[in-house]
Amino acid sequence: MSSIIADADRTAPPKRITSKVIQPAWVRVLHWINAIAMVIMIMSGWQIYNASPLFGFVFPPSVTLGGWLGGGIMWHLAGMWLLVINGLLYVTLGIVTGRFRRKLLPISASGVIGDTKAALTGKLSHADLSTYNQVQKLLYAGILIVGVLIVLSGLAIWKPVQFQYLTAIFGGYDAARYVHFVMMASIVGFLVIHVALALIVPKSLRAMIIGR
Amino acid sequence: MLKKMRSLIIPGVDKQLLVKDATKLMPDLSRRRFIASGASFGALTLLTGCNVSDSLSADNLLTHISKFNDMVQAKIFNPNVLAPTYSEKDVRRPFPFNGFYSEDEAPQIDGNDWKLEVSGLVDNTKSWTLAELHKLPEVSQITRHICVEGWSAIGSWQGTPLRDFLKLIGADTNAKWVYFRCAEDYSSSLDMPTALHAQTQMTFKFDNQILPQSLGFPMKIRVPTKLGFKNPKYVTSLEVTNDYKGGYWEDQGYNDFSGS
Repeated sequence: MSSIIADADRTAPPKRITSKVIQPAWVRVLHWINAIAMVIMIMSGWQIYNASPLFGFVFPPSVTLGGWLGGGIMWHLAGMWLLVINGLLYVTLGIVTGRFRRKLLPISASGVIGDTKAALTGKLSHADLSTYNQVQKLLYAGILIVGVLIVLSGLAIWKPVQFQYLTAIFGGYDAARYVHFVMMASIVGFLVIHVALALIVPKSLRAMIIGR
Repeated sequence: MLKKMRSLIIPGVDKQLLVKDATKLMPDLSRRRFIASGASFGALTLLTGCNVSDSLSADNLLTHISKFNDMVQAKIFNPNVLAPTYSEKDVRRPFPFNGFYSEDEAPQIDGNDWKLEVSGLVDNTKSWTLAELHKLPEVSQITRHICVEGWSAIGSWQGTPLRDFLKLIGADTNAKWVYFRCAEDYSSSLDMPTALHAQTQMTFKFDNQILPQSLGFPMKIRVPTKLGFKNPKYVTSLEVTNDYKGGYWEDQGYNDFSGS
């Protein structure tokens, strides 16, 4: 076996099989649990939205979860535990391992503008997946903040009496619903970009599954 | 030795070209690992037995989590926290009608015939006429009614604190539930800590006027620490009990505690 590889190496440049880990195991596990939790929360949330729409549209039943309002609420308030426990683990580990600081900072306006231009002209390199470009840093740091806001506005809607100070911070019960909706829309927008880019650079998807 | 064997098996073939072709066909190691990981993830999903399409098992799980959520909410519930109150100008007029039937199907009750039946773990099971209830001390609150659907409306409610009435009839306040039955076959169970909350009210008036038919004449239970469906209208009986008797919406899957 070893001689076959040695022969192959003579004709093609050597390829390092044991490349370094880009996404550690905890990131991968929490990422995919989060993906499942997100889909549950978004689809059941749309079901709940349909019972009393904030805008002049409802979500088609085919993309909602739960079948009716009561079912949607059941899914939403069950998925909430998965999302919150998983999210707390992610944020805690992200901070204590230094991953957030290392991966997401620093972000600069000029860096973001530069990398956005490079991306739009097809000049942004994806050779090194271990380092995020400025656009990625902004999106990943931004979605973390959105994640915190969607949980807090959700708590404000769920417990407007017990957590009334939180609800007041969002401008009251009705305003908290709009905040919750806008945060949902931000996450869906992020997901569209995130999934599209993962498909354009498949090795990034591979790294999120096997780590390398 | 391997080289010798190979040259014996495949004579006259350029070894280097052969290996090159073979490696082209063979997926690289990382790609194989990628596929293997995908397969084991699929196997894991099967092993957990969490089949979303199997609605029965999903329903079971959701019901269990919903009961867990009841417990968590009961723990979060602080009997001393009052619901925010608002001013006269915030009151929604007319206040929206809401029910599992249309407004013209709402029960029409003759206040002279109506009686509130009292039963269960109470010292005095005498039933109460509307005239007798109207003589009880009146308090007023302007609080937000929050519907399970997501909309909300601020109302001005007048009546007697339920906890004062429970004291009056000698209710066992260590019992678990106060169960209400209504004229339109509606029902709802209220946990005792919430029944004893200062703002939980036997409501006879809206905006200082006798309750209109649409809002539950002659009596509704106003619970500003709960979602709207836990605020029964057209109430005909009250039972203090340790048995959980569910309710119209609770039985269909709405979370029982549904506290705000």
